[in-house]
Amino acid sequence: MSLIVFVGVNLVGDPVDMLINPEADQLEIERVIRDLGLDRPVAEQYWYFMVNAFQGDLGRSFVFGEPALKLIIQRMPATMELALFSLLIAISFGIPLGVYAGLKPHSKISRTIMAGSILGFSMPTFWVGIILIMFFSVHLGWLPSTGRGDVATYFGITSSIFTLDGLSHIFLPAFNLALFKLSSVIRLARAGTREVILQDYIKFARAKGLSETKIIRVHLLKNIMIPIVTVIGLEFGSLIAFSTVTETVFAWPGMGKLIIDAIYNLDRPIVVAYLMIIVLIFVTLNLIVDILYSVLDPRVRIKGVS
Amino acid sequence: MRCTVDPILQIKDLQTHFFTKAGVLKAVDGVSLEIKSGEIVGLVGESGSGKSITGFSIMGLVDAPGQIVGGQILFKGQDLAKLSPAEMQAYRGNRIAMIFQDPMMTLNPVLRIETQMVETILSHDSSVSKVDAHARARDALGLVGISSPDERLRAYPHQFSGGMRQRVSIAIAMLNRPDLIIADEPTTALDVTIQGQVIHEMQRLCQETKTALLWITHDLAVVAGIAERICVMYAGRIVEKGANANIIAAPMHPYTKGLLGSVPGQNRRGQPLQQIEGMVPSMMNLPKGCAFQNRCNLVSDICTSTNPDATSTKDGRLVRCHNIAAGDRA
Amino acid sequence: MAGKAATTTGAIPASGWQKFWSDFCESPTAVGALFVFLVILFIAVFAPFVSPTNPYDLASVDIMNSRLKPGSEDFEGNVYWLGTDGAGRDMLSAIFYGLRVSLGVGAFSGVVALVIGAAVGLSAAYFGGRFETLTMRIVDIQLSFPSILMALIILAVFGKGVEKTIIALVLVQWAYYARAARASALVEKNKEYVEAAQCLALGDRRIILHHIMPNCLAPLIVVGTLQTAHAISLEATLSFLGLGLPITEPSLGLLIGNGFEFMYSGDYWISIFPGIALLITIVSINLVGDQLRDIFNPRLQR
Repeated sequence: MSLIVFVGVNLVGDPVDMLINPEADQLEIERVIRDLGLDRPVAEQYWYFMVNAFQGDLGRSFVFGEPALKLIIQRMPATMELALFSLLIAISFGIPLGVYAGLKPHSKISRTIMAGSILGFSMPTFWVGIILIMFFSVHLGWLPSTGRGDVATYFGITSSIFTLDGLSHIFLPAFNLALFKLSSVIRLARAGTREVILQDYIKFARAKGLSETKIIRVHLLKNIMIPIVTVIGLEFGSLIAFSTVTETVFAWPGMGKLIIDAIYNLDRPIVVAYLMIIVLIFVTLNLIVDILYSVLDPRVRIKGVS
Repeated sequence: MRCTVDPILQIKDLQTHFFTKAGVLKAVDGVSLEIKSGEIVGLVGESGSGKSITGFSIMGLVDAPGQIVGGQILFKGQDLAKLSPAEMQAYRGNRIAMIFQDPMMTLNPVLRIETQMVETILSHDSSVSKVDAHARARDALGLVGISSPDERLRAYPHQFSGGMRQRVSIAIAMLNRPDLIIADEPTTALDVTIQGQVIHEMQRLCQETKTALLWITHDLAVVAGIAERICVMYAGRIVEKGANANIIAAPMHPYTKGLLGSVPGQNRRGQPLQQIEGMVPSMMNLPKGCAFQNRCNLVSDICTSTNPDATSTKDGRLVRCHNIAAGDRA
Repeated sequence: MAGKAATTTGAIPASGWQKFWSDFCESPTAVGALFVFLVILFIAVFAPFVSPTNPYDLASVDIMNSRLKPGSEDFEGNVYWLGTDGAGRDMLSAIFYGLRVSLGVGAFSGVVALVIGAAVGLSAAYFGGRFETLTMRIVDIQLSFPSILMALIILAVFGKGVEKTIIALVLVQWAYYARAARASALVEKNKEYVEAAQCLALGDRRIILHHIMPNCLAPLIVVGTLQTAHAISLEATLSFLGLGLPITEPSLGLLIGNGFEFMYSGDYWISIFPGIALLITIVSINLVGDQLRDIFNPRLQR
């Protein structure tokens, strides 16, 4: 992956322009070229790049003058916090709504839910953010529209959700981010429910005299979780990607806002560093999902007879 | 407690209809049968005859768009058809249990056997402790002949073979010592060798525990082996009902005769296999008169105009046919 | 319903246009959405003729008219139905022109992506082997990345501008088309008429283009509608962030972005109305696409 990025950066433009501040004068440029080894053959450059990368040196930001990696890592907790909280909202609302829509597909409420999910899917994230701000902040004045609130530390985790002020700040952007995921989760839960509820083992559970709530809670839920978890896990990546938009709209101090500003300001080192981090996150995510899948589905974990 | 009200199950003129967009499907159209306590009764019929729906009707598990539209299902005097879903739930898995056809799909693949057994116990008696429930589950597995029950309890369904899974289903059915077990084609999906074992197990169990058993199947040979009484069903109605020995030795209804005749073992080598001509009529378009008319070799005018009533015979059967010999009638 | 045979994927038989239309009309929502979309399309195509003013003609714009509320009049008696923006431009006209850009870019990139994606997908399915494995692997990798991320990366590397944005949109979308094309081509490939054509020694290109492709059109059209909505949404997001189309080609996203700052002082119309226009466009396309998908889904009994 790093090879692709490196080749891409080198191929597409003059790396001198890429990695050196366009405002620097000739002397500075030459110094940086020597520093960065750009006067050496490409293969050697790549080698140095990797060596540096492993030591955590991915170049310095033009705008901030700080090492790019450090800047990104500084901002990562804020983004993670936002993304995880959004995921929480999406799951805790999405699954019950989806299961309900699956159990009673023709009721008025279900139809409303499904119509709402099309809407949620169509509305661009940034526009929802704007509407939310306009309504809850400007118009009603209930919730703040920008920035992150106070943080507190519990169990070694520093997060803004532990404070009331923090919660009020995170709520709108998290809800915004969650909306898109919500419609996905609802559709998945509904489809899964409609399929599972027709299975023989559900009928058998009824024949055993189990109450309908117990059947839904134990038998149904565990079976639909498998595909939902897989998709959600993989889509967590897209949550992080869309956080770029939400963070910009709500001025949330995370990685996303950093990268947007960086692209705007042509701050290449940050772009490169961000890319590498993202790839790392994606690979880790895939791993986690695989593990989760085998935990949830015993057929994968334990070899069977037939 | 072993009940003493006899018969424990008495179905009177049960009607279960399906209201589909294309029309009304009379899956069960006037079925009456009785089961005494501890008795094994076979309900035989081909696919589409309504036999499974009869079983589901008793359990109150008829799926939409079907519903019970008439008749009574008297279980120990209580009409099950009139009960609310919550009341019916108390009976299911408790006093009346059901075993399904396909053991692969009746057990939830992501839950352990123990979970699925213990929940059956706890749903009906929440005062039982987890430890006791576990012990009862273990005993039930032992009862159906599953070795090393402790290991088996922790396992998942896909780790069992088909025959073992069916035994587990039987064990689950027996957990709460029901008065009646309804078995819907329990051995159809199993290998022939396993079939024999399971049939034998069930027979032994029911005799030991004095549990009544309604064995629903399309295979006459199976029930001939274990049932005390046999009911033959066709197109939603019972066409012949009586003692096993009588029916097998001398079937009276043309359909029953055809069923027996088409069992391959009966023929000598070289003889062409007997069949019943024609096909089951569409359940939405039953002909006027006897439903068997276009496949019957005894068909006469009255058969095409009137549906035959049940006629009692000398040896204690009930047959629905216009053409029973006068000498056989009671 | 008893008696209605399930349709196979792909080709619409000649007499089937009527059937297609009657199937489509089974959903009144979809028909309504189609109507709305056609209106929008009309506006977009004929924007210069339909809109009250040309907001980008500097001579007609007066800074004195800036930030007027919707429905207000200016000194010359012009009514600004949807208000004016920070520079005095009529919002209604700006929206009309914006629709033109948004739809144009979205549709154009969609068509290009469809052609490229279908070509790759069909060839991959037809020729199979290492070519197929390689291309589909690339498709899979690309599809596992969120589209917005891909677009951001492409814009970061290539820079901003109209062509670059279109390229980004095409690169993001082609994979969806490729996957859909390959899936349906695989199904068709094994059918007998392909074998028959091969026996006639027709060239590969002819077989793919004239025989297989027409039968794959239906799923591609479904993907096309849904992807176009997605492309419009993506372009709007990029323009809003200031990374997409430049000010010379103002799309709805740009309008929304420009109006964002005015929202805090209560001049909501500069941002909201373009947003509503965007929303209506996307939702109507999605509804039509949903209905098309249901019609062409062979698993639903029709």
